[in-house]
Amino acid sequence: MLTDAIEMFHLARPWLGGIFCLIGAILTVIGTVGVLRFPDFYTRLHAASITDTAGATALLVGMAFMAPGWVVVAKVAAIWVFLFLTGPTASHAIANAAHVAGLEPLIGRMWRDTETESEEE
Amino acid sequence: MGYFLGLLCALVVFWYTMSGMNEPLILGLGAVSVIVTMILSWRLKVVDADSSPYGRIIAFLVYWVWLFIEILKANWRVIQACVKADLDINPALVKVKTVCRSDLAKTTFANSITLTPGTVTLAVEGDKLLVHALYEEDAEPGAFDEMDALSARAADGRHK
Repeated sequence: MLTDAIEMFHLARPWLGGIFCLIGAILTVIGTVGVLRFPDFYTRLHAASITDTAGATALLVGMAFMAPGWVVVAKVAAIWVFLFLTGPTASHAIANAAHVAGLEPLIGRMWRDTETESEEE
Repeated sequence: MGYFLGLLCALVVFWYTMSGMNEPLILGLGAVSVIVTMILSWRLKVVDADSSPYGRIIAFLVYWVWLFIEILKANWRVIQACVKADLDINPALVKVKTVCRSDLAKTTFANSITLTPGTVTLAVEGDKLLVHALYEEDAEPGAFDEMDALSARAADGRHK
């Protein structure tokens, strides 16, 4: 029955929202770990873009599930669109500034064993 | 004139979504802010084909869906690189030639590259983009061809 399905959905909504918010939080933490672990400026920028895209999307989907009404869902969707339009612009501005300032990126395969902490190129 | 009408519709819809209230005072304030925004964008001369591509909204939506799936796939690789016990990356700097002609198409393509985790556009010179990639394998020649062709089609509406 349709009404039963809708009722089930409303019961599941807080749980779904909570799960998505948790996934978003974990992705954000992973992005932060990447920022701390990667060796130079440009590679750290890549780690930060996980937070920008997947982390933000999962958090906003979770918020949309927990929203009290459609107006809030529309607002969350608008936030998502603007994040995806402005995020890459900001990343590009930062990367371009570093490039123009003459910061040389590390190039080539990098490999570090956690046990010996030796670094190879 | 059509562009101003499109801007008016977009602003009214956006304002109403953000507010969601129907009192006369709030609606009046909204009307005033919409009019002020219109006057400011007219004075700045920013309303033209490149800044308001209303005719291309459906093409952009289709492109956006494709891009979002690509972003999720690329995310998975970078997440693995972040949490792997042994640091194992292969950064590279590559030049990418684009078939995009208009500024809007180039911006779409460059922003799509930046938005995809693992690749960042450093600079745009003419029809060449300087791209930094976390894995050299992701930035081989031809790796961006599909994105290039699709963003050119979404923004310019021409084939190839």
